[in-house]
Amino acid sequence: MKRRFTPLAMLALALYGALAGHTATELRFCLRADPKTFDPLLVDDGDSETIRYLTGGVLIRINRKNQQATPELAASWEMDRQGQRITFHLRPNLKFSDGTPFSADDVAFTMKRLMDPATHSPTADTFRSSDVPPQITVSSPLTVSILFGAPVAGLERLFDQVAITSARSPIQTRAVLGPYVVEEYKPGAEVLLGRNQNYWKVDAKGTRLPYIDRIRLDIQQNRDIEQVRFRRGELDLINSLDPDAFDNLARVSPHSVVDAGASLESEMMWFNQVPSAPLPAYKLAWFNSSAFRRAVSEAINRSDLCRIVYRGHARPAEGPISPANRFWFNASLKPHAYDVASAKRRLEGEGFRLRNGLLYDREGHQVEFSLLTNAGNRNRERIASMLQQDLQTIGIRLNVVTLDFPSLIERITQTFNYEACLLGLTNLDLDPSAQMNVWLSSAPNHQWNPNQKQPATAWEAEIDKLMRLQASDTQAEARKRAFDRVQQIVWEQAPFLYLVTKDSLTAISPELQNASPVALTPQAFWNVEFLRKRVLTAGNR
Amino acid sequence: MKRSQLLAILVLVLLFVTGVTSGFWHADSHSRQFRELPGAGPSAAFPLGTDELGRDRMARLLFATGISLVLAPAAALASTLLAAFAGGTAGYFGGWWDRCTVRIIDLMLSLPWLFLLLAARSLLPLNAPPAASLVMTYGLLAALGWAGPARIMRAGTLRLRRSDFALQASAQGCGEFRILWRQVIPNLKPVLLAQLWTTIPVFILAEANLGLLGLSASEPFPTWGNLLRELQNPFAVRPETFAPLAVVMICVACFKLTAPPQELSS
Repeated sequence: MKRRFTPLAMLALALYGALAGHTATELRFCLRADPKTFDPLLVDDGDSETIRYLTGGVLIRINRKNQQATPELAASWEMDRQGQRITFHLRPNLKFSDGTPFSADDVAFTMKRLMDPATHSPTADTFRSSDVPPQITVSSPLTVSILFGAPVAGLERLFDQVAITSARSPIQTRAVLGPYVVEEYKPGAEVLLGRNQNYWKVDAKGTRLPYIDRIRLDIQQNRDIEQVRFRRGELDLINSLDPDAFDNLARVSPHSVVDAGASLESEMMWFNQVPSAPLPAYKLAWFNSSAFRRAVSEAINRSDLCRIVYRGHARPAEGPISPANRFWFNASLKPHAYDVASAKRRLEGEGFRLRNGLLYDREGHQVEFSLLTNAGNRNRERIASMLQQDLQTIGIRLNVVTLDFPSLIERITQTFNYEACLLGLTNLDLDPSAQMNVWLSSAPNHQWNPNQKQPATAWEAEIDKLMRLQASDTQAEARKRAFDRVQQIVWEQAPFLYLVTKDSLTAISPELQNASPVALTPQAFWNVEFLRKRVLTAGNR
Repeated sequence: MKRSQLLAILVLVLLFVTGVTSGFWHADSHSRQFRELPGAGPSAAFPLGTDELGRDRMARLLFATGISLVLAPAAALASTLLAAFAGGTAGYFGGWWDRCTVRIIDLMLSLPWLFLLLAARSLLPLNAPPAASLVMTYGLLAALGWAGPARIMRAGTLRLRRSDFALQASAQGCGEFRILWRQVIPNLKPVLLAQLWTTIPVFILAEANLGLLGLSASEPFPTWGNLLRELQNPFAVRPETFAPLAVVMICVACFKLTAPPQELSS
């Protein structure tokens, strides 16, 4: 399939450039795979999300730098105290990329389509606080209010993911309000975005944004090739570099790489506590013991993991929320300290005994378990090897098992035939309500013991209560108090052993100006409208 | 025997002895992490430097060499015996047994072996110690690698079964079992030996493929496949990281050079 969008627009752009003496600038970077959809309401993968971010206009945008909600298509908004109703006052005289005027009807149309179960929009799930469909009222061409069936926690921030589509445009979802418009898509090769001639934003001097005329997104799965092309100057940026690639690029071009500090990605391990899991009862007893889990956690040298596996581009993890998430991070927590003596004391307190360098439980079973992780992830395999040596110091024999991803997922979600698992976590959403499917004991992603009918432990019951409280409260401070307590409980009980929080690593070409990479996605091009590209001439090339 | 073949045998013996005895002088050092020295260059203490976790690359290479040169021939032997049984009986007895065996061989040869290995590996017990996981990996290779040799064994047996000397033996009143034992099997020995010898490098390379995907022996056991993974990052390769590749290539070349001819004795 080959979709041609507006070849005439490209011709017009070239003509405009030639007449105005303006040299068209192009930003080039890579997508990992073909975008699965160009419909902004159906986005469910990172590459489609990149297209949505670059082309979609939203009512409210979360500023990736200061993490605050900022007005975009909505000049202002109000919310009621319950967090059930939100009223938007839209900017006047805005147009979609095809010239169709933008009004409150478009917002109503988008929200109705979004919340329609027939659309199957993944974005809609975060808005569904009740089974009652939202009531959408258009009171004027520039005012629209939405009343949800029940309070929605962090409501305003959710609109960052809702790109408004036109109710009247003949080209439907291809009419956009964002800085760029999809001009051409060659499956397996590239997506070409052109400037949206009707984009509404201007800079402080009144110059129409965005500065860069075109974006060429090459579809490139091989990250080594991406690096080579960046080195040759064929690409302008690389998002989410791994530490090896970062160091390789830093050696040849130290000014082109940026470590923006802690990201929202972490690595963690957990023990299988599912009562029906096909494991010996004594092993389930170990895994259900918080003292055992804490002892394992204290025997892990997280600083070594950061230094060796991530070459210093990571930091020991405190808990489920990264320090990059400024508001929700519980700053009173510190990572579990590396303390082998304390780990041994905890184990002794639980009846474990060390004999000839091996650990035995009170019934005489040697302590040994397997750690499952996905094959092919070098960093995770390195972490597993290091855990193996760390746990040896407290007499635990760890067997590392690498499996292909589908087999691993089947074991941790269907058969529960595993003992411990090492995987990564990425919190795309800053708001903890997005983590309800992890923390509620009845949730399917409550990995250590999912789908519980009743909370298995008192602390899980408390987490359930606190998570429901924070989800129903609209006062940010009260929500923060509740979620801080959740983080505290998780720190104490260690159902997940958080190991490291990875840094956000990007590569930016020296030709690209105004780039200011951040921890939140899309790290390197979050301010795409303001990016400028130095046009290289024969003189400065 | 040609001089090149003699040299190849000498190299194989040297690699085998060095690899198998490496444990005596390197004890546990293939798995020990010198965490203050990750990615160190060659030195007197570490002639091939250390890997990304600070493990002695030389100790790991020698250990992996020992593993591959013991387990690959063992797996090849098991696979060849299986092939000899399946192919030999199918060719000799014919009939429904032959038809069934041929269908199974065709089926095995048409399967994508890598995916089959992945699927079979995911069904193995998780808590197997690293040594057991290594033996299981080679066991899987043996269990899945018999079909090709079995077809050759069947063809060889069919030819021998219809040979003049087998007919003569039958005409002189020899029983089926005696013909099989005294006439067919001794004449199949060269084919068996050739199959065994050509299967060893195939299994060495198969393990290297699995290891490259991270699906060979589990940590901390090094195998040639695991060691080759260092070459996956083209920007971080240094001369010493090519050592496992060089050893694999030398070893496979030596096996190819010394492979006996696959001809039936007349």
